[in-house]
Amino acid sequence: MTEMVKADLKNEVKNAQEYFENTGMRVLICSGTGCVANGAFDIFKKFRELGADVLYKNEDKKITTVKTGCHGFCEQGVFVAIPDLDVIYVKVKADDVEEIIEKTLKNGEILDKFLYEEPKTGQKFKNSAEIDFYKSQTKLVLNNCGKIDPESIEEYVYSRGYEALEKVLKNSTPEQVCEEVLKSGLRGRGGGGFPTGRKWQFVRANDSDKKYVICNADEGDPGAFMDCGIMEGDPHRLLEGMLIAAYAVGSDEGYIYVRAEYPLAVRRLKIAIQQAENRGFLGNNIFGSDFSFKIKIKEGAGAFVCGEETALIASIEGERGMPMPKPPFPAQSGLFDKPTLINNVETFANVPTVILNGADEYKKYGTETSAGTKTFALTGEVNNTGLIEVPLGTTLREIVYNIGGGLRNNKEFKAVQIGGPSGGCLTRDHLDMPLDYESLTKVGAMVGSGGLVAMNADTCIVEVARFFLQFTQSESCGKCIPCREGTKQMLNILEKIVHGDAALKDLDLLEELAEVVKLGSLCGLGKTAPNPVLSTLKYFRDEYLAHIEGKRCPAGVCEALKIISIDSARCVGCSKCTRTCPVEAISGEIRKPFVIDQEKCIKCGACIPVCPVDAISKN
Amino acid sequence: MIADTKNNEDKIFEKHRKFCKVNEIVKKYNYEKPNLIAILQAVQEEYRYLPEEIMTYIAMIMEISPASVYGVATFYSQFSLDPKGKYEVKVCDGTACHVRGSMPVYNAIKKKLKLTDGKFTTDDLQFSVETVRCVGACALAPVVLINEKVYSKVTPEAVTMIIDQLLERSGEGE
Repeated sequence: MTEMVKADLKNEVKNAQEYFENTGMRVLICSGTGCVANGAFDIFKKFRELGADVLYKNEDKKITTVKTGCHGFCEQGVFVAIPDLDVIYVKVKADDVEEIIEKTLKNGEILDKFLYEEPKTGQKFKNSAEIDFYKSQTKLVLNNCGKIDPESIEEYVYSRGYEALEKVLKNSTPEQVCEEVLKSGLRGRGGGGFPTGRKWQFVRANDSDKKYVICNADEGDPGAFMDCGIMEGDPHRLLEGMLIAAYAVGSDEGYIYVRAEYPLAVRRLKIAIQQAENRGFLGNNIFGSDFSFKIKIKEGAGAFVCGEETALIASIEGERGMPMPKPPFPAQSGLFDKPTLINNVETFANVPTVILNGADEYKKYGTETSAGTKTFALTGEVNNTGLIEVPLGTTLREIVYNIGGGLRNNKEFKAVQIGGPSGGCLTRDHLDMPLDYESLTKVGAMVGSGGLVAMNADTCIVEVARFFLQFTQSESCGKCIPCREGTKQMLNILEKIVHGDAALKDLDLLEELAEVVKLGSLCGLGKTAPNPVLSTLKYFRDEYLAHIEGKRCPAGVCEALKIISIDSARCVGCSKCTRTCPVEAISGEIRKPFVIDQEKCIKCGACIPVCPVDAISKN
Repeated sequence: MIADTKNNEDKIFEKHRKFCKVNEIVKKYNYEKPNLIAILQAVQEEYRYLPEEIMTYIAMIMEISPASVYGVATFYSQFSLDPKGKYEVKVCDGTACHVRGSMPVYNAIKKKLKLTDGKFTTDDLQFSVETVRCVGACALAPVVLINEKVYSKVTPEAVTMIIDQLLERSGEGE
């Protein structure tokens, strides 16, 4: 029906080279979600308005502006990089564009004020090789992110794109591909950590006229955006990974299930699929082989549980996204009851690297049992937040202090929450523990999808546990009663604790409920929902006790436990507060210090702003 | 009396126009059950929410039960069975935003728009407010989305100013 296009990588590489020769000096403008929010498109427009025809240093060198994926260092956006001059400008605004064109692009002058400034020392750095945030990272999966235009297939091909696909189609049998991936030690990056090659072998072993490959891009963990970064920054890498997987398991149709909250990722994936189809990398008889594959995009509609594979399959089928008991596993009977391979975005994105460099080379990164690298979304109270990639087995200290640049305002490190609402927390005692699948499971946490939220002494750990439980509670699909009702009861107890209404026996009940929910739930959501509570109870029991017995919140976060008091040394006894108080809780003699009756006080705070000497505070 | 008839005709015409659009959408997706979510998304895009009569109509022309359409519509948080405001304010309450203070921002918005507990859309249908799950801009936390435009590192004060600006703008429009 449609005209068949035969992929010709040699020709494509030649075209890509020509394309690159003609781009001249490249100005890379970060256009990840973060930088777009900071005005990246305005900057791009401004460059186009002013700079499309300028020439570098009056030489014969053209300038091309390129929208790239995320540079990772979102805190410092908008990023503008000029590789030819080996310089990165940070925090660029549209109004700065003219100056950059005039001084830097036309005359080669490096402008100090746009360089990254190390917050601790005030030192300025010119490029990523010098900046701490980048120095300690190893970028395999994110290698192209921030360097290439995600909307251009030429740029991907130029970075050895689709070479791995050609390699397997021309030189390897599907069995060999499975074997190679297994040998590389690559494990599922969505959280579970199941050996990817083994999963592929299972799907391969099931005989069927039809098999599906699904990419799980329903990155629902609050505080995680790694998959988003890959899809926005290097969508072709994901397609290539899926293609190789499809060849290995014997599938001819694939789906990418993306959450609807990622409109930019969806747009770029659609462009990438279109380009790959036009070039013949997707379609029938790819590279002249008898392997054919097509990919469709399915947009989610906001349900965390759809990250679970059987629920995701139900959602693609147009049903409510409820999980099913396993077995049968998707590898046996998945989408439309056919054998189905489901991997997450990052797992697929690792595949081209594994194939291109070989399993042995890949195994050099990471630890014995956890090979390769892992991306993390580093957020919360650290100086440098953003998207990072490190070899598995890197210590938490390295991530928080070297890459993250320590905690903001030099506050003390308290804990990190790893793995989102299914994960647990790690404390100061774990700073030197290597982050890999086994070590994390041992201490009651998990790699999860890779959200890493740093917290300082001002973060109330009980409140954080309540937050995560509230999340899983509202996202519980309701199928299993222990999860549906148990999480609700657990949440009630946590609410009581943060409101100062709990008794000690509630803590026992909380732990008992946690075990029941864990045991009695079908899918990962319920099985892991109690983790944040259990792990914070394990490491920060004293904080729970302070809330329950002492009726106080050590971090000073929980509203209900705050006390409004008058500093008697400062109070001038003007009685202004008395007149403002709606419940007549403040009393005293004129010109002598006033006091607040804590029994009557409703903590509305109305008295605080009226005090002329700032003697009233809430804590 | 004449005005009434005219009014009725308008209503019938209006309803017909509504269903026309729905027909187009369902047809585009081949009346296939696996596309139900995409169909509902497209319908919601058009009407800003999912009116009950339209869900029943979709069930009828797709030859599935109204319960299964309703079941899907109520399962996913993206779908709304109530009308949304002209400005949809979404406060991200992912972990990073939560830790950096998204709730004070949310409360400030609700206070500013005089939305008490249990009410999320203003009476004049200008604003609706909700918390959403992580939007993937964690490094800029806390963030607020107003009709897909991202406002980063917002404070309760800043968000009140933003709403003031929007109120002014919608005032001019009328």
